[in-house]
Amino acid sequence: MKRKSDLKYNSYEKSDTIRRGRSVRVDRYTVAVRINHWIGAFCMILLAVTGLSLYWPPFFFITSLFGGGQVVRTIHPWIGVVMFISFFCLFFRMWRLNIWENSDLKWIFQIKDVLTGKEEKLPEIGKYNFGQKCIFWAMSLGLAVLVITGTMIWQAYFAGYFSIETQRYALVIHSVVAVCLIAVWIFHMYAVYWIRGSLGAMTRGKVSGGFAWRHHRKWYRAMLKAGKID
Amino acid sequence: MTISVNPPTTDPVPLQIGPDDYIRISAIAAVPEPFRRLEEVAKLIDVSKCIGCKACQSACTEWNELHPPVEENVGVYENPHDLLPDVFTLMRYTEWINPETENLEWLIRKDGCMHCAEPGCLMACPSPGAIVQYSNGVVDFIHDKCIGCGYCIKGCPFNIPRVSKVDHKAYKCTLCSDRIAVGQGPACAKACPTKAIVFGTKEEMKRHAATRIGDLKSRGYDKAGLYDPEGVGGTHVMYVLHHADQPHIYAGLPDKPEISPVVKTWKGISRYLGLGMIAGVIAATAAHALFIGSSRVRKRDETEARSALREADREA
Repeated sequence: MKRKSDLKYNSYEKSDTIRRGRSVRVDRYTVAVRINHWIGAFCMILLAVTGLSLYWPPFFFITSLFGGGQVVRTIHPWIGVVMFISFFCLFFRMWRLNIWENSDLKWIFQIKDVLTGKEEKLPEIGKYNFGQKCIFWAMSLGLAVLVITGTMIWQAYFAGYFSIETQRYALVIHSVVAVCLIAVWIFHMYAVYWIRGSLGAMTRGKVSGGFAWRHHRKWYRAMLKAGKID
Repeated sequence: MTISVNPPTTDPVPLQIGPDDYIRISAIAAVPEPFRRLEEVAKLIDVSKCIGCKACQSACTEWNELHPPVEENVGVYENPHDLLPDVFTLMRYTEWINPETENLEWLIRKDGCMHCAEPGCLMACPSPGAIVQYSNGVVDFIHDKCIGCGYCIKGCPFNIPRVSKVDHKAYKCTLCSDRIAVGQGPACAKACPTKAIVFGTKEEMKRHAATRIGDLKSRGYDKAGLYDPEGVGGTHVMYVLHHADQPHIYAGLPDKPEISPVVKTWKGISRYLGLGMIAGVIAATAAHALFIGSSRVRKRDETEARSALREADREA
């Protein structure tokens, strides 16, 4: 009966469904979420590249790909706005399943098993494991900081409303947080290579039953229990 | 038939300074040593001689073909209200009551680029070649290469550069580098009716300042002195101040200007930490890929998932 207590009613999303068939498939992400994810991904690439070109002079040559420094200076903040809106939608869809659970502590202590792929030794995991939650919150908080500091140094419109000293701090915080997010993002992309089968979740929105069983068993069981089967 | 136009009145003068004289170039770490070194120049502004007529402002506007906006009179002498993309120099007026003598002193300072020996704008600029420094000390903006990011504003310890809302490029005093290049002094110095603004080599200007300071001291201004702040390596626009012990009374002239440590951190250690962090993540993931590798879903996982589904169906 222990199982019942740790199966929270909100350990899956409304659209998550197990699909019967020759091989079991699980709907993990809706079309809207996937489109949003790829808008965000596309923005992230452009933002990272344009941002780095203004941060490190050795990367300034990248601005030529966009039509010059003036173009990069113009588009970077607007891409940021698009990314922020896109991520904002994802945030409200996902934050509930990304809050702390007590089993996350166990996951942290067994990080060695995580890294070496001995997942059978780990506690059963919901839709997102602790690593995914960390990426989610790092992106959420980081993006919020970037939007606020970015507004402060948006020369064309808003910089004039802030003191120069404030803008200096905004600039250094913006740069450092952006670099941290790029690091998180690189790791996020590596995880696609690392955890095979996750790319399908991003493209077709589905994972195999085995994938759900291996990596997110608590999520799978919750759907079974709730009869989210088609 | 040739169309008659005004013939040139003087022979063209070869330019005396040019790109060969750059000693600093923004966003380029290694600037080749120039084949010659020009003598350092300076503009000396003697605040005690200034009568606040704004002839310098007018001359600057005319020479640089600026079009400052017509503003409303709000009851102050500053006009326009601040430095602007179209206002490279501005007379600032302060009514200051000397606490020792209880006299009202009208302090008038010509504000504009100080042409720092260690320019914060140039340090902050991300666009290669958009800000340059000549070996004579002039710091100039090369507008073709300016991208309008406003980083120079953050780098400047004197709050001088302004980014235009029209063409999104930064503007400031050039020290009339185009006039200096043909052997003339800045327009403001030429226009000044009291010779409060003088231009020459930095050494000459220092000597001239010393005589002025001696004169001021003999007349009771015992704190008179030269404003050539060390925090930015000295400047190529200097002031003679009658109260050199407190520059801030002159409309907020910084007492000890220096490039903000925040800007230095941003341009310095933050980049190395950032680069290190990104390199670290790449190295860590590469190591993981190499030594541990990817995690694949096994057949047993699929079977177990299917049997769990069957079991759930049975229960239902």
